[in-house]
Amino acid sequence: MLHTVNKSPFEKNSLVSCLEHAADGSAILLIEDGVYGALNGSAVADKVKSVMGKSTIYALGPDLDARGIADKIMDGIKVVDYAGFVDLACENDKVQAWL
Amino acid sequence: MSESKKFLYVNRKAPYGTVYALESLEVVLIGAAFEQDVQLLFVDDGVFQIVKGQDTKGIEMKNFSPTYSALGDYEVTKMYVSKESLEERGLTVDDLMPLTYEDEDDDWAEKDSIILVNKDEIAALMEEQDVVLSF
Amino acid sequence: MATMTVNGRELEVDEEGYLIDLSQWDKEVGEELAKSENVEMTESHWEVIDFLREYYDEYQIAPAVRVLTKAIGKKLGKEKGNSKYLYELFPYGPAKQACKIAGLPKPTGCI
Repeated sequence: MLHTVNKSPFEKNSLVSCLEHAADGSAILLIEDGVYGALNGSAVADKVKSVMGKSTIYALGPDLDARGIADKIMDGIKVVDYAGFVDLACENDKVQAWL
Repeated sequence: MSESKKFLYVNRKAPYGTVYALESLEVVLIGAAFEQDVQLLFVDDGVFQIVKGQDTKGIEMKNFSPTYSALGDYEVTKMYVSKESLEERGLTVDDLMPLTYEDEDDDWAEKDSIILVNKDEIAALMEEQDVVLSF
Repeated sequence: MATMTVNGRELEVDEEGYLIDLSQWDKEVGEELAKSENVEMTESHWEVIDFLREYYDEYQIAPAVRVLTKAIGKKLGKEKGNSKYLYELFPYGPAKQACKIAGLPKPTGCI
């Protein structure tokens, strides 16, 4: 299934909780302030990396660009545009939004 | 001039997810007209407000980050940034916009506005203010 | 929504006559906005208008009068960087009136 996270991991535990509750094989999409979870070398980077083998982590490109961090994200995170967001929503039977 | 008070604007929110950052900036611009001693502090997610290279075309919101560079003209010359907040986010001062002001008393020499501070320095900074505004 | 007409073009303006979409601005639009403010445009007026548009382009805000005065003085010379000079050009307030003619939003903090 698809999990979306739209809150900064430094302000809320949405991302950490999502990472802990996402089953193997799920897709995790970071949007809005959630894209800060993709930052390389941050305090949550190791937690994000630890699920990379099991789940696929995506980040919404326009939200990365707006925040000036497109060139500061970890390797292994897949950047998608709005069309890619729609594809992910269609490919997955369920969506859990970690607000 | 009447006695001026020390104002500290505390910015703790990321720029586009909520309206706090933009609201704070507008209040700073309005407040600057009253010629008080205005300082800004960027702490927690507030440090994201001044990250360089912001480009909001894709999300169709106004990119207000260039406005921080105008604050020197408004005699806002001290922008304190939390060292710990940068580190926690994997950022360094080089990831921030180069914010400067021109010093009228020093033949308009261009000087850095950004001052890195640690937790203890922030605590002291807050204590020495007349007014603290939180965003 | 109110509109103004420039050479057959219909442009949206707000209830105070400020242009909504600043990308629609050109010199003709500036002339028309000046007419609505009863300002006769001269070379000196355009100098200030051009300055304001450049400032907005760089910082995404229209400067407050105090900031405008100082910046004009630095760029165009001391004899122009004072409120007397700017008020002579734009009697109803340089920030408010000049911004309107420049097609910019009303300056933040300007009531």
